[in-house]
Amino acid sequence: MSTFVLLTITGLGLGAMYFLIASGLSLIYGLMGVLNFAHGAFLTVGAYGAWFAESKLAGVSVLPRFLLGALAGLVVGGVFAALVELVLIRPLYKRHIEQVLVTVGLALAVSALVVAIWGNDARPFTAPSWLGRTTSVAGAHIPNDRWVEIATALVVLVALNAFLRRTRYGLIIRAGVENRAMVTALGIDVRRAFTLVFAIGGVAAAVAGVLSGVYFGTVDPARGTSLLIFAFIVVVIGGLGSLRGTAVSAVVVGLVQQYANYYASSGLGDLSVVLLLGIVLLARPGGLSAKLA
Amino acid sequence: MTPILSVSDLHVHLGESHILQGVSFDVADGGVTALLGRNGVGKTTTLRALMGLVDRRGRVELAGESIQAAATHRIVRRGVGYVPEDRDVFAGLTVEENLRLAERDAEPRYGLVYELFPELKQRAKQQAGTLSGGQQQMVAIARALLSDNHVLLVDEPTKGLAPLLVTEVARVLERVSELTTVLLVEQNLGVVARVARDVVVLDTGRVVHIGPARELLADKPMVNRMLGVG
Repeated sequence: MSTFVLLTITGLGLGAMYFLIASGLSLIYGLMGVLNFAHGAFLTVGAYGAWFAESKLAGVSVLPRFLLGALAGLVVGGVFAALVELVLIRPLYKRHIEQVLVTVGLALAVSALVVAIWGNDARPFTAPSWLGRTTSVAGAHIPNDRWVEIATALVVLVALNAFLRRTRYGLIIRAGVENRAMVTALGIDVRRAFTLVFAIGGVAAAVAGVLSGVYFGTVDPARGTSLLIFAFIVVVIGGLGSLRGTAVSAVVVGLVQQYANYYASSGLGDLSVVLLLGIVLLARPGGLSAKLA
Repeated sequence: MTPILSVSDLHVHLGESHILQGVSFDVADGGVTALLGRNGVGKTTTLRALMGLVDRRGRVELAGESIQAAATHRIVRRGVGYVPEDRDVFAGLTVEENLRLAERDAEPRYGLVYELFPELKQRAKQQAGTLSGGQQQMVAIARALLSDNHVLLVDEPTKGLAPLLVTEVARVLERVSELTTVLLVEQNLGVVARVARDVVVLDTGRVVHIGPARELLADKPMVNRMLGVG
């Protein structure tokens, strides 16, 4: 029982991280039709932004240092994502092949730049010691950082939902996901919403970057790319453009991965996720949100 | 008198097809001008080109000012409302949200909208995707009426509607034309006869006739030749 509880909470923690990356990815595709292969770079930039800020605050005690570092990471991630939209994506509006090439190139360039500046080795990420301890639940010793990951993802989900439901920009984004041309035909400059969605996606990815730093205890140049693959799977399973579908899908993928790794065979987690993707696409080509919506 | 909308030598290419081949016409201020023609002659493309929704070449002036280089949202903000073919309501949004999205002026004309379509007030919280075709058409027209426009481009508002609703839409168009100029694409000649003052007839991407609506509709052989109906 305790093993099952541990796997479940750990799976939810992993799902939380996937959701944080995939939510922005899903909104960007839903609104703009951009398959953003540079989304992992937002995570990397956010994580390194947090780590770099932390490293410059050496004299500060751990908690404020961690919080200030995380805040810096989120700001850097959001600004970087907004600049990517303004400088690289906007001139390629409607040119989807070129967008894919540019975002793939940017992902490679960011990774190479990080390696060139800080090297290929993982860098230790300082977090409050409480996060490294465990809490006992039904006999299972759950690492505390999993709770933080789950709670953060819930806060982001609620905040994004409130933004989409209660603000004019949220209304524009929801409408734009359905029919972008008609939004402009109502006199709305949808490009501002594009930049905003990129910035939001960048911040959410940066949150994932900071949390992955806590989860692994380090930041490294390849993490954004490796997590992005699962984020894409989450987005496709959840249904492109659907926040609710993305949240459900992220939880399912995180849990399936953990259960398969333990109950089937170590290493089968990744394969089981790909199998799940295939099953969902065959049964429901529009993803889970085709039923949820 | 300066026309409210002036179109000169408008060309549109979609893929390999040259859809509009130098369309030119004026829309006089006030009343309804109907844009007529057989299926596929470029009526909808003309409206989409005027809105900047497709790449186009040529000259378009609104109240004497050039708008052909402007982005769609700027054209709308300069006072061009658009009711698209197939309504294009946002199915996942409520009726209220569909209308709220269309607010441009400081004081949106909800009074007018609810006077014309009282049903929309009752259905404010209903998802637009669950409305009937007629109700969706009401939402589409209401969105364009919320703001004060110089000209309203209305694309086949009676398409697919039951006869009773066609009459209702015609009544609304008559009322709307008292407030703003309307450029109407319409296949139902009964509606055209009821609401339109002028007509512009297209054939294979070119204007083949411009004149008073009454004159054209009275000439049955001409109607048959140009529109393929008796």
